Amino acid sequence: MNMIEALTAARPGSGKTRAAAPARRRLLDQDWRRLACAGAVLAVGQVFIALTGMPVTFDRRLLIDPILSLGYLALLWLPPVVGNWVGREQVLEGMAAYAKGGRDVVAGAMAGLLGNLGLTLLVLGITHFDVRDPLVHWSPQLLGILEFDQSVWLGALVWPAIGAATGALGGAMHWMGDKTARTMVLALSTVFAAAVLESVIVDLSQGFHIEAVSDWLYGPQRGLTLAATAVIVAVAVAASAGFSWARAASGRTAPQASAQPDAAGAGSLPAQTAWRRIPARKLLGWAFAPAAIIVLPLFLGRLTNELLANVGLFILLALGLNIIVGLAGILDLGYVAFFAVGGYSVAVLTSPGSPRFDPEIPWFGALFAAMLLAGLAGLLIGAPVIRMRGDYLAVVTLGFGEIIRILLLSDWLSGTFNGAQGITNIPGVEVFGLATVRGFEPRSVLYLVLFFCAIAIYVSWRLENSRIGRAWMAVREDESVAEAMGVDTVSAKIMAFVTGAVLGSFSGAILSAKVGSVFPHSFAIIVSIVILVVVIFGGMGNIAGVVAGAVVLIGVLGGPNQPGLLQEFAEYKILIYGALLVWMMLQRPEGLIPSARRARELQANDVNQDAWLRAQPAGRATDDAGGTSDRGRP
Amino acid sequence: MSARPMLEIAGLHVEFGGLHALNKLDFTVEEGEIVAVIGPNGAGKTTFFNVISGMVEPTGGTLAFEGQSLLGLDPNKITARGIARTFQNVRLFNNMTVLENVMVSQHCRTRQRVFDALLQTRRFRTEEALVRDRGKEVLGFFGTRLTGYRFDQPASVLSYANRRRLEIARAMATDPKLILLDEPVAGMNPVESAELTQLIGKLRDEMGYTIVLIEHDMSVVRNISDRVVVLDHGEAIARGTYAEVSANPQVIEAYLGQTTDRN
Repeated sequence: MNMIEALTAARPGSGKTRAAAPARRRLLDQDWRRLACAGAVLAVGQVFIALTGMPVTFDRRLLIDPILSLGYLALLWLPPVVGNWVGREQVLEGMAAYAKGGRDVVAGAMAGLLGNLGLTLLVLGITHFDVRDPLVHWSPQLLGILEFDQSVWLGALVWPAIGAATGALGGAMHWMGDKTARTMVLALSTVFAAAVLESVIVDLSQGFHIEAVSDWLYGPQRGLTLAATAVIVAVAVAASAGFSWARAASGRTAPQASAQPDAAGAGSLPAQTAWRRIPARKLLGWAFAPAAIIVLPLFLGRLTNELLANVGLFILLALGLNIIVGLAGILDLGYVAFFAVGGYSVAVLTSPGSPRFDPEIPWFGALFAAMLLAGLAGLLIGAPVIRMRGDYLAVVTLGFGEIIRILLLSDWLSGTFNGAQGITNIPGVEVFGLATVRGFEPRSVLYLVLFFCAIAIYVSWRLENSRIGRAWMAVREDESVAEAMGVDTVSAKIMAFVTGAVLGSFSGAILSAKVGSVFPHSFAIIVSIVILVVVIFGGMGNIAGVVAGAVVLIGVLGGPNQPGLLQEFAEYKILIYGALLVWMMLQRPEGLIPSARRARELQANDVNQDAWLRAQPAGRATDDAGGTSDRGRP
Repeated sequence: MSARPMLEIAGLHVEFGGLHALNKLDFTVEEGEIVAVIGPNGAGKTTFFNVISGMVEPTGGTLAFEGQSLLGLDPNKITARGIARTFQNVRLFNNMTVLENVMVSQHCRTRQRVFDALLQTRRFRTEEALVRDRGKEVLGFFGTRLTGYRFDQPASVLSYANRRRLEIARAMATDPKLILLDEPVAGMNPVESAELTQLIGKLRDEMGYTIVLIEHDMSVVRNISDRVVVLDHGEAIARGTYAEVSANPQVIEAYLGQTTDRN
């Protein structure tokens, strides 16, 4: 009934009034089922977060000096998200949308209130029952946080109130209009970023000798000061306003530009002038970006350099796996094997601590050997699995990944690899007598990593646009058709394994020299999984996507054995990885940066089609305008 | 006049777990011919193509192309020998561009190595240019439908008829002598199908390809085929010109079922 009423209210009778303001619903005209569902999801989510122990673990970490810790934030972020989701509506074409208003605020508030009742129940539950045996975090510390170190009843009552308030805020984002909502989100996320990235910002400001800034931003016990928070919010709001003003200004000038007469006829399409402008900007970017990347590490502190070096190691790994998974479409779950081969080859050949191979050779020589051995490993692993497809192949590669680790760990080969004790005392890298790369100088490691990343990017880029790259893509698309079209799929797949293996061995070789020791447990299966997640998260088959994925995941969250920016999250890294992956698969399965080439093609299609149509002689253009029109011809 | 036919098939036998998909099939194709293979659904027509292109291993019989046996060869080796095919259910490389689709199928005609691509050698650059030009040339065979802005579109955005055309172009790009077309006009409207029929004729007359096609559309078969072979239950039940075959009572029976007044 509601639906019909609303529809008739939205379009009362004649078509003339269609432009009238959309209907507004009463405050309590709610979709109760959806509300209850959202409340239940929120309740489960909040209790889950509380019981994972995040609030307790993160409570030590202040974000805004006296008032907000990361622990409380863990419980505060979900209600506004759910409150916003409740108010979200799919607007179908041809149907009138409802006006956003107080109803959405009420919906958000109610969802938040309902959901946080879960925390109330948790507070009461912890005070009356003890199930600490299975649930480790069902603890007095959690209770203390949930009741704000006051009384049980205060906690039980305040959480629903907080839920209602923050949920209402989330719902109100529909009401306040896009611009205001964007500004708010920008301000909040800037504050969050500034607070969470404290260690890096301090490190950076030391590198640039502007310690005054970080001293002013952050209080003595870490966390932003209140004044700094206010200033950051103000700056974010101003920036957002300035940005939208600039956009409005450029929007005003654009029609003037296109109003100029099409003097050169069909040649001077607005689209073409726009295309022509891009190369200059791109050229500048091409010149500037490498220069910045080369100069920047000089200004970065130890911590940031170390972090970026770790990111670089994973960029190398992810680029290698991207060739196997992203280009050739072979799901390899044992990629860590090549990482291990690279690492151990260098360790055995260069370290005086290795049980065998006494004449130690310099790192670059060892790298060459590592490349050969990794290529051989790629061949050995690739050859037996190459005839398999899909799931079977994935399972077998998984097995090979573990086999390598267990061989390294085994007593049988402990004469060479030293078993569980691993190989220590691996020297640094002597760069032709010019410099030495050592683990305790992160900057030198970063430069080494950057050099190899550049090689890997170049290799990926060149191979993608070549005969073998096209063969890989064809195998990915449809293996049997590729074979019927004359592609030697067996050698193409083995080539993918070998290339990926060599790139992965670079990373292992650098890791050995960086850390100075290798152990079998550094090459556990989780490393394979994390690399795969980086590739999928970033955007399979796309170099920029893979790099972005490594920067975001490894840089921010950290690798399997490497700390990231958010060291606080270390315990929950894998949980967050999993959640991110699920969210990504649901919302954006093509990855963070989908294959840019195709995205551009899809967007540019209309522009190109118009340009092409105008360039055709009139008769041909109408005759053969393309697939859609020739189907309809009489 | 070559002494032997281009494609020579004798006693070809394919069995799928007791089911005789093809049974003692004899079949020859002379150079420059257009041969149509027709027959009711399940007659074994596509299996026949799969055997020729190496995707299905025959259980018996011989299969020779230009006097050399094709038995035991991988599909890509058979393509390299000069046999290309299209698929009944269009199977393009959907996420690759139109041009890439016809570039990748020149794989077996090109020789560049990985290091050529890495070092951007002269050999790499000239060969890439050649492959690209050849791809554009092949696409140009279909007028302007697959050219211009379409070069860089992913194959998945093409219309159905254009996808069928691209499949033919992809087969042409492998530089074959013999093209196997599996229902080239299926799903096209009469205008499109008449136009494609004409193009298939041009493929033979201007490009010099020999063509074997499976087709259900009898107007196409009538218009372009030199010879017709009718398959039913894996056996060739009739062969000859379209006129001969269409008057053959066995063929009529295979298509329409046994008439009741026959004894």
